[in-house]
Amino acid sequence: MAQSLVVNTSTAQTRSRPPGAVPSAADLDRFRAVQDLAYEGAQAIAAGLQAGDTERDAVKRLKRWLVERDVDDWFHVPFAWFGDRTAFRGFKVPLQFLPSGRRLEEGMAFILDCAPVIAGATADIGFAGSLGENAALDQVMDDLAAYRSLIVEQVRERRSFRSIYESVDALAAQQGYANRHHAYPGHVLAHEVKPLGAGPGIGRVGPFGRRHLRSLARSVLVGQRQAWSPLWSGDRRSDHPPVPGLWAVEPHLGLRGVGAKFEELLVIADDDAYWLSDDLPHVRRWRERGITEVGAR
Amino acid sequence: MSAPDRSTVRERTVRTADGLDVAVQELGADGAPTVLLVHGYPDTHAVWDLVAERLARDHHVVTYDVRGAGASDAPADRDGYRMEHLVSDVFAVADAVAPGRPIHLVGHDWGSIQSWAAVTDPRAAARIASYTSMSGPSLDHAGAWFRSHLRPGGGRWTALRRQAVRSWYIAAFHTPVPALAWRNGLARAWPQMVARAEGADVDDRWPGPTLAADAVRGIELYRANMGGGGGRRVAVHTDVPVQLLVPAGDSYVTPALLDGIEAIAPTLVRREVGGGHWQPRSRPDQLARLIAEHVSAVEAGQRPASLTRRPVIVVTGAGSGIGRSVCLAFAERGAHIVVSDLRADTADRTAELCRLLGATAEAHALDVTDAEAVDAFAAKVGADHGGPTVVVNNAGLGMAGSFLATTDDDWRQLLDVNLWGVIRGSRAFGRLMVDHGETGHIVNIASAAAFTPSRTLPAYATSKSAVLMLTECLRAELAGEGIGVSAICPGFVDTGIATATRYVGATAAEQDAKRQSADRLYKRRRVTPDAVADAVLRAVDRDLPLVTVAAEAKAGRFTSRFAPRVARAIAKIDLSPPTRGAKPEGADR
Repeated sequence: MAQSLVVNTSTAQTRSRPPGAVPSAADLDRFRAVQDLAYEGAQAIAAGLQAGDTERDAVKRLKRWLVERDVDDWFHVPFAWFGDRTAFRGFKVPLQFLPSGRRLEEGMAFILDCAPVIAGATADIGFAGSLGENAALDQVMDDLAAYRSLIVEQVRERRSFRSIYESVDALAAQQGYANRHHAYPGHVLAHEVKPLGAGPGIGRVGPFGRRHLRSLARSVLVGQRQAWSPLWSGDRRSDHPPVPGLWAVEPHLGLRGVGAKFEELLVIADDDAYWLSDDLPHVRRWRERGITEVGAR
Repeated sequence: MSAPDRSTVRERTVRTADGLDVAVQELGADGAPTVLLVHGYPDTHAVWDLVAERLARDHHVVTYDVRGAGASDAPADRDGYRMEHLVSDVFAVADAVAPGRPIHLVGHDWGSIQSWAAVTDPRAAARIASYTSMSGPSLDHAGAWFRSHLRPGGGRWTALRRQAVRSWYIAAFHTPVPALAWRNGLARAWPQMVARAEGADVDDRWPGPTLAADAVRGIELYRANMGGGGGRRVAVHTDVPVQLLVPAGDSYVTPALLDGIEAIAPTLVRREVGGGHWQPRSRPDQLARLIAEHVSAVEAGQRPASLTRRPVIVVTGAGSGIGRSVCLAFAERGAHIVVSDLRADTADRTAELCRLLGATAEAHALDVTDAEAVDAFAAKVGADHGGPTVVVNNAGLGMAGSFLATTDDDWRQLLDVNLWGVIRGSRAFGRLMVDHGETGHIVNIASAAAFTPSRTLPAYATSKSAVLMLTECLRAELAGEGIGVSAICPGFVDTGIATATRYVGATAAEQDAKRQSADRLYKRRRVTPDAVADAVLRAVDRDLPLVTVAAEAKAGRFTSRFAPRVARAIAKIDLSPPTRGAKPEGADR
């Protein structure tokens, strides 16, 4: 194991881009197409959700929907969280993130999260909604808009990842929400996503695609040497300026038993940063509700 | 208390259906609503003197001696004490004192047991307008309760055991022992016993000169009505609006025994009140007020459902951190949240979040260092909602740095919030809760520093230690009032306190650096304000004296209790956060 890691690292160094490289315009188009597809899938499945459906039902449908549309690998297989599981209430071990038999009820919040891959281009998205009315969820969703603009602005200012993470925390505290991305493995607000060569997946480790896990592990090792981390969290390893590339950013807020998030790709260039797409369900929703500060170009 | 003025009491006798004469006393105005007060065992109508006198101002108050007690005739045999006769007496008195007009019934102890039977009687619909019950269950309900708790697999043995311990005397009353006891000294000792046990107001009329004889005859009440079948097994029901007063410190009836009573009386409002069994003698003011409130609500055509209070939760320093989380936790339970904070805008935001969770909420700007403002705040809450259910004194400041560098002004500023804020809040709201008489809870947010000495936090630890001791003392004082008092000792919790802590003797630059590294330390601990809020809920639900939250709080508690020398050694370590690039403190010396 140790040996294979060493070999992988050395090949990774020759194969992977050094930090500072932004994917080509053609690559970005492919990523955008997959992201659009993933959001389309999540919306389609969300629209069909009914009271009594379980998280496993939702995940199964989302997976089938995406596979029927040429998805050939996963960064991670789809997740679904219903009710107070949207805020990860009582989560102590990672297994609790996996889809459960929790049934959807009228007025309940839900989150669908999936990361499909087509020919090496990856999306990682999170779609929050509720079955019928949920005033708390609506408010959290509205308030999430400020994070979309805060994050992209502070990246443009080249603030360190750690300090941006702390700004996000401070905003959540000010708004009165619990920072629930803290519950993710590694307490990540975001993680790097790399273009992988075309070709089918090579299986999974738990919910994660093996190819991606390997790529992420390489990045961790490379990053260690170059003093940055592909896992954007609030700790010392993220105390570095923004690293160019593609980052899946996922601020996740909780108000007691109601959680909401969005997740999408942020393009970080040497002296610029922008969201890969501004034509996404949550951005459209904010605009319909008259929220203008959404971090769009 | 001075002896009540008996000159205005009108006395008469009423003939019962089976030919006994019962002694009836009337006070107050004839045109006003009639309130009929039924006494228990081993009392006479005199147990009601203090309450009757208070109610007489606005009511037509009627009391009577139950058959076998005081000046009333005693039945010739045990059958004469059976429930149907007792119920029939209630209606006979009601018919005599308020012909054709429904009366408001109030029962205490055995009087409450009889009255439950009366309100579930078909005649009640026309004769009884409302009922206030205390310390006496419906025998039909109690029988069903005991049967359901005895059923195998009921899993409710604890409740059963607790009630069984309090019901010992019922079994004892089937033996000759009690009669012997009453005749041989118990009657003489009784007044002092009840006075000492519960602070009941004893005078020459209660317990009266007929106590021994009443007590011995009254045993027949138990023998004629209890132990046979444990209540009728037919389904009983009443539409009479019932106010159920549940004293927290009742030695004879557990609150659990009254659970599920709504099945019998769907229009029921249940009020947990402070004090013990002898409410009419220990808390006449409160009791008279609660009776009058119920009577006037029913007279005004309100149903008790509309009177049922949502729990009212008051929290200080609720614009952020632990205070805000506590509000949200109670909001999730559907309470009414009274949010207060120094900053009006953050209090507003908390109230808004509470409403999103389905609660009602109001926001107030409050500076806990302003004594008059705290009193005015409590007065406003009292006027709007009565006594609050839970008060959380949370507002607090952080301060770190050496004792020698801490100035008088530093101390004053810190103690004014951390200690005096809690004193003012506990006093204003404690007084309000006691005056209002219902049970409640005061929660003071202390700190793990309260029992963990440290050279780093001398002022803060001292203030929190005082809060902890204040909490313990107040808990002892308010125990008899049914008001719980708890201290919460969180530990390093990820709130704004680390970024607002003042480091005495540090420059502005050092201040910022220390705040940032402390905040990061707090975040690494990953103890959230929500965890503290859950601890507050636990403290209230289980009436816990002290709840420690984070591991360091539990460890600190353990060390200070069982290894104080270790605690003292740890206290010497300077835990103040490092300041990168800044000159260490005392480097000039």
